[in-house]
Amino acid sequence: MTATDLPVDPTSAPIPSFDDEEDAGRKLVLICSKGSLDMAYPGLVLANAALGEGVETHLFFTFWGFDIINKKTMDALKFTPVGNPATHMPQMLMGLPGMTSFATHMMRKQIEGLDVPAVPEFLDLIRDAGGHLWACRMSADMMHLTEEDLYDGVEGIINASDFIEIAEGAQTIFI
Amino acid sequence: MPVATIDGREIHLDDEGFLTDPSEWDEALATRLATNIGIELTDRHLEVIRWARADADEQGETPTLRRLQNVGGFPTKELFQLFPKKPAKKLSYVAGLQKPVGCV
Repeated sequence: MTATDLPVDPTSAPIPSFDDEEDAGRKLVLICSKGSLDMAYPGLVLANAALGEGVETHLFFTFWGFDIINKKTMDALKFTPVGNPATHMPQMLMGLPGMTSFATHMMRKQIEGLDVPAVPEFLDLIRDAGGHLWACRMSADMMHLTEEDLYDGVEGIINASDFIEIAEGAQTIFI
Repeated sequence: MPVATIDGREIHLDDEGFLTDPSEWDEALATRLATNIGIELTDRHLEVIRWARADADEQGETPTLRRLQNVGGFPTKELFQLFPKKPAKKLSYVAGLQKPVGCV
């Protein structure tokens, strides 16, 4: 029963139902497979929101998603308008030199303007809120990366079976 | 919109139970609201609440957890301990503020 179902009695106050008990055991897994600036944020925003709702949250970074947790690239993700009709710009021009840098610069400014943190700070926020960060074994091997190369909050490089175990009973979203 | 009488005072609430007028709030009421959701207020809770209210008054919106950490100096981890599971919402409720509106 939610607070809004309660009869409104002028002498007694409705109390927000924070659903702590109903939400117990709820679990979210986000698979982050893309390394562009625009595709990094959906996972980070959802993870942060889920944690703020008391939901156990795991992020699994795989393939291009490694750029989000690679110390060398995490603060330099790019956005490209090439091949993206949703920018509503003439595609002929999008491949011109400097266009990706320009588009990235614009997007970063917009993100900052909304007071949304840059990727490294966002990862800090998620870690501090109790989120779990995992890196994919096969991707690490392909890219010759070790835990040393990855953001400090990454708990481990795990294989596909480990991931399946972690994801047991979770709502899983592939990004 | 429900109007509740708490300790002989009229308090305006939204349908969920959040205060709609922050000026009807005081620290005695905060203790009541906290008890409603199973939190026993400590001085540290009150420090966070006072800061959040002052900030909301200045900025016109409830501070997010990020703002509480970066500007207020209250670490996210600690906020999760003080207001378990849903710190932003629980803090807003006890502080007599609306829930934060942004996604982050």
